[in-house]
Amino acid sequence: MTDLIHRLRPKPQHVPLVATAAVFILLYAVACIRYEGFASWFQATSLIADNAPLGLAAIGMTFVILSGGIDLSVGAVIALSSIFLASCLVPPDQGGAGMHAGVAIPLTLVGGTAFGAVMGAVIRVFKLPPFLVTLAGMFLVRGLALVLTEQKRISIIGVESFDPLVDFLVFDFNLPAIVFIFATLLAVAVAKYTRFGRTTYAIGGNEDSANLMGLPVGSTTVKIYALSSLCAAAGGVLHAIGSQSGDASVGYLLELDAIAAVVIGGTLLTGGYGYVIGTFLGLLILAVITVIPTYEGDLNAWWTRIVIGVLLLAFILLQRVAQPRKT
Amino acid sequence: MPRVAEYELVELRGIVKTFPGVRALDGVDFTLRAGEVHALMGENGAGKSTLIKVLTGVYPRDGGTMTLDATEIHPRTPLDAQRLGIATVYQEVNLIPELTVAENLSIGREPRRLGLIDWGTVKRRGKEMMARLDLDLDVTLPVRSYSIALQQMVAIARAIDQEARVLVLDEPTSSLDAAECDQLFSVMYRLRDQGLGIVFVSHFLDQVYAVSDRLTVLRNGRLVGEFETSKLPRLELVSKMIGKDAEQVEAMDHAPKARPAGDHPVVAKATALSRRHAVSGVDLEVRGGEVLGLAGLLGSGRSETARLLFGIDTPDTGTIEINGQAVTTHNPRTAIRNRIAFTPEDRKDAGIIPDLSVRENIVLALQGRRGWLRRIPFHEQQALADQYIKALNIATPDADKPVGQLSGGNQQKVILGRWLAMQPRLLMLDEPTRGIDVGAKAEIEQLIAELCSEGMALLFISSELEEVARDSHRVIVLRDRKQVGELSGEDIRLDSIMSIIASGQEAAAHA
Repeated sequence: MTDLIHRLRPKPQHVPLVATAAVFILLYAVACIRYEGFASWFQATSLIADNAPLGLAAIGMTFVILSGGIDLSVGAVIALSSIFLASCLVPPDQGGAGMHAGVAIPLTLVGGTAFGAVMGAVIRVFKLPPFLVTLAGMFLVRGLALVLTEQKRISIIGVESFDPLVDFLVFDFNLPAIVFIFATLLAVAVAKYTRFGRTTYAIGGNEDSANLMGLPVGSTTVKIYALSSLCAAAGGVLHAIGSQSGDASVGYLLELDAIAAVVIGGTLLTGGYGYVIGTFLGLLILAVITVIPTYEGDLNAWWTRIVIGVLLLAFILLQRVAQPRKT
Repeated sequence: MPRVAEYELVELRGIVKTFPGVRALDGVDFTLRAGEVHALMGENGAGKSTLIKVLTGVYPRDGGTMTLDATEIHPRTPLDAQRLGIATVYQEVNLIPELTVAENLSIGREPRRLGLIDWGTVKRRGKEMMARLDLDLDVTLPVRSYSIALQQMVAIARAIDQEARVLVLDEPTSSLDAAECDQLFSVMYRLRDQGLGIVFVSHFLDQVYAVSDRLTVLRNGRLVGEFETSKLPRLELVSKMIGKDAEQVEAMDHAPKARPAGDHPVVAKATALSRRHAVSGVDLEVRGGEVLGLAGLLGSGRSETARLLFGIDTPDTGTIEINGQAVTTHNPRTAIRNRIAFTPEDRKDAGIIPDLSVRENIVLALQGRRGWLRRIPFHEQQALADQYIKALNIATPDADKPVGQLSGGNQQKVILGRWLAMQPRLLMLDEPTRGIDVGAKAEIEQLIAELCSEGMALLFISSELEEVARDSHRVIVLRDRKQVGELSGEDIRLDSIMSIIASGQEAAAHA
């Protein structure tokens, strides 16, 4: 019995992750007890589906933050890729390119990846802080999204190759929800079982050491930002599927929510430590907090921001306490 | 037990390395045999670290030949050198602290199955690699949960994993305690007996004598010689490192310094001052009108002592008294309030603010003591600056020139001016003459004598032992971070300082 307890006790490096899971379970349980209809399969699937674009961005952001960087452009990339995809899909008579979804979606993803790779290369080659480079990227991409189309929003209705993606549903999971779940599993494996994933941790842990240990720091940095933008572009595609539209103004400040999900998920903002599954849980926590006002009726929705702020602070403090770092 | 020798594993011949304005290595030879620990010795600027960097591929060499197993090699990066079999472990451990020991040992060359990392094998291999060093530790814990010494072992295990022939240990013991050093040494013996050639860089004479089979001494970028450690008396090693022949030194003229007349009070007194990884057991006392010299080799604890007195570092044990009062809060502000001044060793990093003008640099400390609210009026600042520019003979067109544009000697004088403006009771000078020209050196030595005769207490640190001997009334000798002797008056001679550095005061007295 004591042996079992001993084995069940989390290793020190897993404490933040366990804390995240505990907060989520607690929050979800309280919501289920307090709000009628919360404990439904439909509510559970829509928590995931509604947050799929943010979730994908947060997964990409996890790798960036693990490497000690930051990517402020993800919200803008979601917006640009959704509106780019929409204008590719919409028939020419409505001002679009009339492309097949099988062409337009890969094109969007490749474009996003390339953009991220360029940001990563700029960060690496010119030794610039990721904060500034991705801030510039954010303005650039957001501006492009607004300039590319006169309309801010393009509906994607009646596009034959696209509709099956919109209508796809398995056990109440729509395509965005399924993609998000699979992307999470894939990212968990990438982080744990590939050299790219381990090098990401090493760079965040100590970049100089990673260099001296002969790890491919340069190419990995480029790949990390490429991956983050790929995830954000995929988030844009999911947004287009979920809302049947492209929207140049979607995702304002979404990068901050993504960062919050990563940090609440237990990843150190300074890099080198964290888990992808933590980000998934962190995102679910944000998702539950965000829907609570709709159940609470007269509760001001901005309270969710306050709660997220408090949670963030609590997790940063927990990291301090659980991971005493040598000075 | 004499070990089987030992063939020439690495041979460096006539290595030249120049940097703009400096010939860091000038035709240096170095030979490392398989199965030996070879110490590389030298004072500041001797070229040790440059030679190590040439050997390990950090710098390309500008001239000379380098062979490994009689094959000419040209490592271009540390990684390149590692592939050739030359592994390096630096003073700061280069590992990823958050990752496990096993992963640190394998990262970058993890065993994979179907393209995915095989964690079972990573763990097993990690255990095997530590076992090669005779160490059994839980390889699934993060590296940061182990002591620096063990982290170093992990770094060594990683470094020698890939069929390393040569292991370079660059000051590996500077942050280890005695027990940890022993642990490291036994690992070194083990690897040596496995046939590795080990290059050991250390400031600690005792350690060098304890572990090395042979040693090579460099000075000012040139080879002084290669010796069997056991056949080289310590005094000779010290004289070779500082470039003074023992007999020649003894014959040298010296003017004994009488303790100046007048009964000055004790300004600063330290009793059994110790700080982990800095110094231990320092007892000193300095009076007004007296120059106390701190002598010792690089890394002997000279600067560390001054840092403790100035409150930059807090002592673990021991007490400091200033003007008869025990110091309880250790920080530079308190020291400045007690009118202690300190010009640090590295004036670029810790002394001058290069973009500020001569005037601003000079008034800095005085302003700091007054507090920022009571701004020194501009005309007073100007008067102060002009006064010290004149008094110290600072070569600058005017007080508004940025200090960064002055020569080294003049920068040093600006720092001196800054502290003199405070009218300190105790002035501590750490290497005030390093890297400045002969004329400026003489001026600074002259100034020390003048300040002293005005009743100021001075603490003088220099790696030029003759300067210490020439300018001090009393000298405290440090070795391997311990106080090993004290000399005063006529006993202050270069040869006496050297023999204390080599073997301690009692041994020197009996010699």
